[in-house]
Amino acid sequence: MKEMSGAQILLEVLQEQGVEVIFGYPGGAVINLYDCLPDYSCRHFLVRHEQAAVHAADGYARATGKIGVALVTSGPGATNTVTGLATASMDSIPLVVFSGQVPTPLIGNDAFQEADIVGITRPCTKHNFLVKRVEDLERIINEAFHIAGSGRPGPVLIDLPKDVIVGKCAKKVATKPQLKGYNPNYAGHPGQIQRAMEVIFKAEKPVFYVGGGVVLGNAARELTELARALQIPVTTTLMGLGAFPEDDPLSLGMLGMHGTYRANMAVTKSDVLVALGARFDDRVTGRIDEFAADAQIIHVDIDPTSISKNVDVDIPIVGDITDVLGKMLELVKSAPAKAKACSAGHNAWLEEIARWRDQHKLSYQQDEIIKPQFVVEKIDELTAGKNPIISTEVGQNQMWAAQFFTFTQARSWLTSGGLGTMGYGLPAAMGAQVAFPERLVIDIAGDGSIQMNSQELATVVQYNLPVKVIILNNGYLGMVRQWQELFFDKHYSATTMDHAPDFVKLADAYGALGLRATRPAEVEPVLKEAFAHPGPVVVDIVVAAEENVYPMVPAGEAISNMLLV
Amino acid sequence: MKHIISVLVENEFGVLSRIASLFSGRGFNIESLTVAETEDKSISNMTIVTIGDDHIIEQITKQLNKLINVIKVVELTESVQMSREMVLLKFAVNSGPKRLELLRLVEVYQGRVLELGVRSLIVELTGERAKIEAALEVLAPFAIKEMSRTGMVALARDGKN
Ligand SMILES: Cc1ncc(C[n+]2csc(CCOP(=O)(O)OP(=O)(O)O)c2C)c(N)n1
Ligand SMILES: [Mg+2]
Repeated sequence: MKEMSGAQILLEVLQEQGVEVIFGYPGGAVINLYDCLPDYSCRHFLVRHEQAAVHAADGYARATGKIGVALVTSGPGATNTVTGLATASMDSIPLVVFSGQVPTPLIGNDAFQEADIVGITRPCTKHNFLVKRVEDLERIINEAFHIAGSGRPGPVLIDLPKDVIVGKCAKKVATKPQLKGYNPNYAGHPGQIQRAMEVIFKAEKPVFYVGGGVVLGNAARELTELARALQIPVTTTLMGLGAFPEDDPLSLGMLGMHGTYRANMAVTKSDVLVALGARFDDRVTGRIDEFAADAQIIHVDIDPTSISKNVDVDIPIVGDITDVLGKMLELVKSAPAKAKACSAGHNAWLEEIARWRDQHKLSYQQDEIIKPQFVVEKIDELTAGKNPIISTEVGQNQMWAAQFFTFTQARSWLTSGGLGTMGYGLPAAMGAQVAFPERLVIDIAGDGSIQMNSQELATVVQYNLPVKVIILNNGYLGMVRQWQELFFDKHYSATTMDHAPDFVKLADAYGALGLRATRPAEVEPVLKEAFAHPGPVVVDIVVAAEENVYPMVPAGEAISNMLLV
Repeated sequence: MKHIISVLVENEFGVLSRIASLFSGRGFNIESLTVAETEDKSISNMTIVTIGDDHIIEQITKQLNKLINVIKVVELTESVQMSREMVLLKFAVNSGPKRLELLRLVEVYQGRVLELGVRSLIVELTGERAKIEAALEVLAPFAIKEMSRTGMVALARDGKN
């Protein structure tokens, strides 16, 4: 059989894996790989910072459901991926990241551009590999894709010493990965599912608490069908937005620290809480002993470690969310009388929820200064029916986007939930735009966060990725300022961003279109112009500086304990 | 509460570090950890002694299972396991009545003398943890100069796991 270099084997295997896109940045350790790259069909996007390569692969993965791929060099190239990996790891996003490494004989010698990236990234990857022999390369890449994409997904890093990249061996025929210690359980236990359904059928005040697992497991359809069949209200976490259509009357919106009043009240008063692909994060539960204190808890998750980690669960079900919801739907269909009685029995509960809804709606006062919430509502209005993809940065901008945009589609929402990574939004939007060149991709940004990866404006211009960056420019690290206002006597320490660049000029310098709105009446025309423009756009929207995100549950309080204005 | 967890892992570089960093990263305790190859060279057996309530032990077992290189995790409760620890002790004792007394005590604990020098003595003790602890308490007055102690190794008894 013909011998190939490690670089060629790698690119062949990527082709076999169906990889169409790589986000990367070259350097000495991977120069041989880059040399072969143009011979293969895979498209490479040269980012401007390796962190952005990983976020772009992550945005690509979230939007498509495929595995995102990034490629970087050794040492600083590799260490620059850490934030991206940790971001993906916290949100269970499937990635395979390749890093160059110094030649195996030099490992451990403090060679030029050596970093122990396998050691560094061990806690922020699902798994990682150092390839020691070119003969192992093919097997390891296939294992990496298998690990990244199956079970609870996550990022996998493969460290490639230079001698492995240039070393030669014969390529084998791909075989299914065999991993002794890895065999995720997909099929939910029928007995447990039956028990859960008995409890759900009897519930008077049930709530579906839906996390990112429903999006990752592509179970939005099953969830929607089940919720409607049984008339069970649905609240989603930040990560679960889009898993259930928010224009459905059963939608409670988001729960947690900045959740809606009705979602937090409904969960607090529920008698049965069904957690679906969610992990009882502290930003969701608030004070844990008061979280759904009177409810029986059913928890469905593919990852056994998520179950009974933060709260005790009455009925745990380990399995793939689509499988479990599918089996639940079968039980509903096989017992139509029970299902009917169940859904009819929720009328009083749904009325109570409607009262909570009417008592405290998400709201703001629009006056002569632009309110950030108004901007998000306008974006929502102007993109209705256009199936846009929304990414965000982190902070108030992220929360307003989560609250005021009406999410109706899964995989159209890219936000760093678990790690809360400022600088995520633009590169993630870029990755999604690569996957969907025709869709409108919007990064709802903050003036602070955008500066963390604004160099990627060069990338979007180079590849004509028509991403729209909408900066809610409040001149502050707003979310931190909000905490300082509420809990530190307005002591604004290091949160004033009074030396920001002129974002319109910045866009211009990169060759993107820069626009600005300073008065409420300008918002709509400026957004329309941005959305109609065929290329990348940065819109600087000067918003009220000291607007706060409400409702807000102070850290450590029960989620029913909301500050409302 | 003390718990003994037996973990079968793939015998690859970095596995020990994955397990150690899992414990440190999640704030779990390791009282002792021993690891060595099994009869199958591609697999190692680790015995981890840890402390925690049932909730923590459940998380530890699940988190260990989640590691890709971990093949099997078994919690060995007191009643179903055989366990041993070993300790090597060096005493500074000259010949004389004190040494005779020490040797007698070592014999009581079925210890073995590994080296008998003019001014020192090296002893090996093997047994269940309780026995080792008791022996160390009794031997403490004899000016222990150096000590090296293994962690616990354990196996499930036949038919119990
Ligand atoms: C990389 C990183 N550093 C620091 C933080 C802490 N942090 C959270 S929100 C925030 C303010 C973000 O400011 P901006 O992007 O202007 O958004 P705003 O809240 O004003 O909408 C900061 C500093 C973070 N989440 N990520
Ligand atoms: Mg800001």
